[in-house]
Amino acid sequence: MFHIYCPHCAEYREEEEFHAVGQAHIARPADPDACSDKEWGEYMFFRKNPRGIHHELWVHAAGCRKFFNITRDTQNYDIKEVYKIGEKPSVVAE
Amino acid sequence: MSDMNVMTPAEMAATKAAVMDQVPGPEVQGQSPLHHADLASLAKAGTVLGAAAGGIQLREHKLLGHLTLRLNPENTDQLAAAERVLGVALPLQPLTSVEKGSYSVRWMSPDEWLILVPGLEAFDVESRFRDEMGGHYSLVNSSGGSTVLELSGADVVELLKRCTPIDLHPTVFPVGKVVSTVFAKSSAIIRRTGEQRFELVIRRSFSDYIWLWLQEVSREFGLVVKA
Ligand SMILES: [Zn+2]
Repeated sequence: MFHIYCPHCAEYREEEEFHAVGQAHIARPADPDACSDKEWGEYMFFRKNPRGIHHELWVHAAGCRKFFNITRDTQNYDIKEVYKIGEKPSVVAE
Repeated sequence: MSDMNVMTPAEMAATKAAVMDQVPGPEVQGQSPLHHADLASLAKAGTVLGAAAGGIQLREHKLLGHLTLRLNPENTDQLAAAERVLGVALPLQPLTSVEKGSYSVRWMSPDEWLILVPGLEAFDVESRFRDEMGGHYSLVNSSGGSTVLELSGADVVELLKRCTPIDLHPTVFPVGKVVSTVFAKSSAIIRRTGEQRFELVIRRSFSDYIWLWLQEVSREFGLVVKA
């Protein structure tokens, strides 16, 4: 069970109030009409599955309903940091 | 296409076409989603459900006007307009609420507030928002979607601990704090209105489930319905 800090509500809440949405920072191709099928396919379907540091998008579904990012270690479930949309993670994989 | 934030007064006036009174007048009898439970008769009879101690009191505040306001909190003109309408500034601190007379305003999210007003005043408040506030914002009347329960009594915190994972200790959940959270298998907006008094804004479609749930969970404390 995670105890997650919501950066908008500014306090810790139980995991059951949140939903994990998947990998964070997925950039949409700037010009979808011009990109290759491979580029579009990777944008649509291909996701990282790292052993270690992972940047994830979460939503405070039962609370303020805002999206935000979490940096989490997939090996021990340790939440390294929480940061708002538009911000950059300070903890990154080596 | 015109930018909503730089509209002329004439363009702004034109946007008022969308305003309509969704709440019927006093000539139409409104019914709470808990109408079938006949809380009024239970209150009149003074029945204690469950333990005789009657440690929990329940009161429904039905048919209030529920208004959801969304705007950019950095827009000081709109904050000032909201204050002119409500007589009190929107709470900008997360998880706080304010009251002014019969109006109450809850912080729901950094750009969203839930305003409760007496049911028959909702349209008047909406109209004043349209008159006072310009630019890009949203005001939605969601009165029909929820109802309000007030729970109080010596055992109210013990009761709520059985319903939600929220920490209700007074040091972290003082009077005036409001949270939107999970409640039983549903959700609720919980606000502390007194040391031993809480307000729940619950979904209309879940109100019967929550009424049944509260009867079950409060059995060991005893439940008294108040008018
Ligand atoms: Zn939140």
